[in-house]
Amino acid sequence: MDIKEFIQYFADELDETGIEELTPETDFKSLDDWSSLTALSIIAMIDENYEKDITGADLRNSTTIQDLFDLVQSK
Amino acid sequence: MNQFSLNGKTILITGASSGIGAATAIECANQGAHVVISGRNLEKLQAVYNQLSGKGHQTLACDLCSLEDVENLCDQLPELDGMVFCAGITRTIPVKRIKQSDIDDIFSTNLTSPITIVNQVVKQKKINKGGSIVFISSISSSYADMGNSVYAATKGGLISFAKVLALELAPKGIRANCIRPGFVAGTGMTEGLSRLTEEQIELERQKYPLGFGETNDIANGIIYLLSDASKWVTGTTLTIDGGITLK
Repeated sequence: MDIKEFIQYFADELDETGIEELTPETDFKSLDDWSSLTALSIIAMIDENYEKDITGADLRNSTTIQDLFDLVQSK
Repeated sequence: MNQFSLNGKTILITGASSGIGAATAIECANQGAHVVISGRNLEKLQAVYNQLSGKGHQTLACDLCSLEDVENLCDQLPELDGMVFCAGITRTIPVKRIKQSDIDDIFSTNLTSPITIVNQVVKQKKINKGGSIVFISSISSSYADMGNSVYAATKGGLISFAKVLALELAPKGIRANCIRPGFVAGTGMTEGLSRLTEEQIELERQKYPLGFGETNDIANGIIYLLSDASKWVTGTTLTIDGGITLK
C-alpha cells in the first residue's frame, strides 16, 4: 500500500474537501468535513480496501493522515 | 399455579450460544422448560448447554445463513410450545459503503431465517396450540443511529412480520410478539461499539435513563411472552430499553 493511494481513498469519503487539499500531514479531524459519520466511513473504507479493522480509539489516537496510514500498515 | 412458569414447555432458542440467547436459554430452563438451543458454534453452544438446569435439553448446530442448515434444523425439531429468535448480527457501516454481501448476511441471519423457520414449523405442525413465538427486534427499528441502516431494516421487518403472523395464527391459539431491546451489555452488538471511542460509548450510556441493560433484563421479558401469563397478548412489541426512547 502506498500513501498516495491511501489519500485518494480518504478523499473519496469526504464530500466537501478536495484531494488537492489533502497531504500526509493533514490533521484530518480538523477538516470542516469531519464528523462521526465520516469516521464510520473511513473505518469501513479501511476494512474494505485493506482488510484491517481499526477502531474509533485508533482514529482518536491518530492526528495526521500519515499517522493513520502507518497504523493501518502496522496492523 | 404460577402463570409465569414454563414448566413442561419445549422452547426453541436461536442464537443461544451467547448474549441474549444464552441468557434466555438458561432462564427458560430455570423456569422448568425443555430447551432446544441452536447456534453456529457447537463448542460455545455446549458451554451454554452445560449451564442448563433440569433435563431434556438439546443442542442443534445451525448456520442461519445456510438454507440447507435451516431446513435440517426444522426437520430435526421436536414439537414446540415456543420459539425465540435471538440470532442477530450487525455491521456498523454508513449507507454509501454497504456491500451486497453485508445486505445478504445481515438479512439472512436476522430476518430471512426466522421467517423460514416459522414457515417450516407451522407447515410441519410442530408448534402446539397455546404456543408462543418471540422475535428479538431492536429499538433501531424506529430509533435511528448512524451506520445501522441494514440492521434497522431487518429489525423493523421482524415487527411487521410478527403482526401478520399473529393474525394468521390466532385461530390456532398461537401467539407472536416482539421484544425491542435497547443497548444490552455482553452481546454481539457490543462489537459494533468497538468502532466508537470510549467517550462516545460513555455519551451513549448517559442517554439511557436507567443505564445500559443486562441480558437477563431481556430474558425476563421473553419468559413473560412465552408463558401463559401473556395468553391474551399477541402482535405486540414490548420495548425494554432503560427508557432511552422516552425522549
